[in-house]
Amino acid sequence: MKQFLEGSRVVAEIVKLCKPGVISAYPITPQTHIVEELAKMVADGELVSQFINVESEHSAASVVLGAVATGVRVFTATSSQGLLLMGEVIFNISGMRMPVVLTCANRAISAPINIWNDQQDSMALRDSGWIQIYAENNQEAADFHLIAYRIAEDKSVMLPVMVCMDGFILTHGMEAIDMPEQGQVDKFLPPYNPLYKLDPAEPISMGLLADPGYYMETRYAIQETLEQTLKLIPKVAGEFSSVFGRDYKDCLVEEYKTKDAEKVIVAMGSVCGTVKEVVDGLREKGKKVGLLKIITFRPFPYTRVFEALKNIPKVAVLEKAVSLGAYAPLAVELRACFFNKKKSPKVISSFVAGLGGRDITEQSIKEIFKKLNTKEIALEFIDLKPELIKDEYGE
Amino acid sequence: MENRPLFKSGHTACAGCGQAIAARLVIEAAGENTIIANNTGCLEVFTTGFPESAWGVPWIHSLFENAAAVASGVEAALKYLGKKDTVNVIAQAGDGGTADIGLQALSGMLERGHDVLYVCYDNEAYENTGIQRSGLTPYGANTTTSPPGTVSIGNIHPKKPMIDIVLAHGIPYVATSSAGFPRDIQRKVKKAISIKGPKYIQIHVPCPLGWRHESGKTLDVAKLAVETGLYPLVEYENGVLVSKRQIVPKPVEEYLKVQGRFKHILKNPEELKKVQEIANNNIEKYGLKVQTQ
Ligand SMILES: Cc1ncc(C[n+]2csc(CCOP(=O)(O)OP(=O)(O)O)c2C)c(N)n1
Ligand SMILES: [Mg+2]
Repeated sequence: MKQFLEGSRVVAEIVKLCKPGVISAYPITPQTHIVEELAKMVADGELVSQFINVESEHSAASVVLGAVATGVRVFTATSSQGLLLMGEVIFNISGMRMPVVLTCANRAISAPINIWNDQQDSMALRDSGWIQIYAENNQEAADFHLIAYRIAEDKSVMLPVMVCMDGFILTHGMEAIDMPEQGQVDKFLPPYNPLYKLDPAEPISMGLLADPGYYMETRYAIQETLEQTLKLIPKVAGEFSSVFGRDYKDCLVEEYKTKDAEKVIVAMGSVCGTVKEVVDGLREKGKKVGLLKIITFRPFPYTRVFEALKNIPKVAVLEKAVSLGAYAPLAVELRACFFNKKKSPKVISSFVAGLGGRDITEQSIKEIFKKLNTKEIALEFIDLKPELIKDEYGE
Repeated sequence: MENRPLFKSGHTACAGCGQAIAARLVIEAAGENTIIANNTGCLEVFTTGFPESAWGVPWIHSLFENAAAVASGVEAALKYLGKKDTVNVIAQAGDGGTADIGLQALSGMLERGHDVLYVCYDNEAYENTGIQRSGLTPYGANTTTSPPGTVSIGNIHPKKPMIDIVLAHGIPYVATSSAGFPRDIQRKVKKAISIKGPKYIQIHVPCPLGWRHESGKTLDVAKLAVETGLYPLVEYENGVLVSKRQIVPKPVEEYLKVQGRFKHILKNPEELKKVQEIANNNIEKYGLKVQTQ
């Protein structure tokens, strides 16, 4: 059934259908509407769950860690500073192999303080052992939460999943959504059946000290699992499609008009919608352009991306994140896909745009396609305001 | 499952560790239907070096400052599962993990009213990282970050008033205890877990390495802290003082002189007087002095 809803409400409705027994969160824009909606559902008895209002994101993450360790499905959500404050617990949750699902309403990072969208927050935690999935629109945001729980709780995985959705653009955007029925969700997502839990009947210790004789294998194990997860995600997406009728193919990447393309933009999240419109427009004029959308950023689908782009002459990576002092994070991964490979694009140019919520317009995207005519660009910030740069460092 | 040890020997605590003694008493009093969330610190390190664990109850360590929040999550999950009435939840931590870096999470847990017993093992410094000063390090103590010197007498701050701080949260049970008084610890733990809601017990646990006392003297040192009035044993129910251990106060020197961390204070009459005043204030505040006929 189609419903016209705000993105945050969509996420809350979906989370409700997943029946988490413990929810804990702390307010931060643009995540707040999600947990407010959930609080109301709990208050109205629509969702039976322990909703724990904590005193910080550090504690929100710790509460869901304690609850999932006790054998209960959990949910939390945050953004930006909140995610950074969770940072220590974020690493802990994956290190302890706890299947937490977290919504990151992507937002810029201070300083300067800025509440608008980019993806620096989740990118800052890309090496934490969490699976990261990026939604283009609110239908995907909804569906990816269902897929997230299935993957996180799979006994071969037991790792947390971060569903990333662009702050405001998606969280506060209205869209017509195909809302699943409870029966469908129950069929796709069985109740959480923990592999291990805190239970006096079978006492175990969790979170032990691992000395140099043991520590490295824990990291190796996560690395191995994540590699295997690249095979599981397409399987789960296939099951998803058979239950809900929406096909995300392998759910690792989406190829949009790339088959015969000469130029392809690679991007993640809501900007992909704008890129698709530009691609359609340029295609009408006979230009051979396309989009490769990265859905799963961790684990990174290197082979899949290689296959998708190996015959494309020119590739532009467009991203809303930076790795200050180095090349941009998504561009680094893209270039790594072609390391030591015989087939490769001639040009992989890197563009950073939309930081701190600056609009990425159709014009900006056309500009990027144009720039792909020249030689490879190592890293370029798009749509900078020269007058501001001058003011700051003016002669 | 019958009579399984809840705190196995063979852990790697230092000889004479007061915290090891107290932690064992706590879990044995609480019983096997207990889940523990433990902060980072000596206790966590010496009981759970992989692949060994001293714990015979379900036990979880996450981070240095979040045992209260992890325990809140455990308790919430048990409530959701309908099992809270049959399982006790204990959060436990050192003085640094409680009074300093974990104070916010503790305050949150108390304010939200979780049915959790929080136990602070107060060895009066960050012992696990090598005896640095914490908010519960006593006045004058020599630690590696509050060393006495030509212009310093050591730690210049009094102990953070944790008992007043937790009492201010209006929780149903607050007590102090001491490794020198095993039966007191066990009585208070049993009392605490019989009460619904958040409970706080702070146990004074000598650290032979950090305090520089003989490892065979742990219980004596702990007793002297109580008998001088420097570590009052008190118990509050619903904010009302319901019990206190009364003493015939000994001069504070008797407690200070058996430890190396106060050596410089003993040589400084003016500072010694200040420490005696702290004890006197405690004696006055809680009415600790035995009334003689
Ligand atoms: C966020 C963070 N900061 C610092 C540390 C280092 N650290 C680990 S244990 C510890 C001292 C613990 O002191 P306390 O809580 O008093 O327990 P004790 O070891 O004395 O029993 C410190 C400083 C850490 N693990 N995490
Ligand atoms: Mg300590």
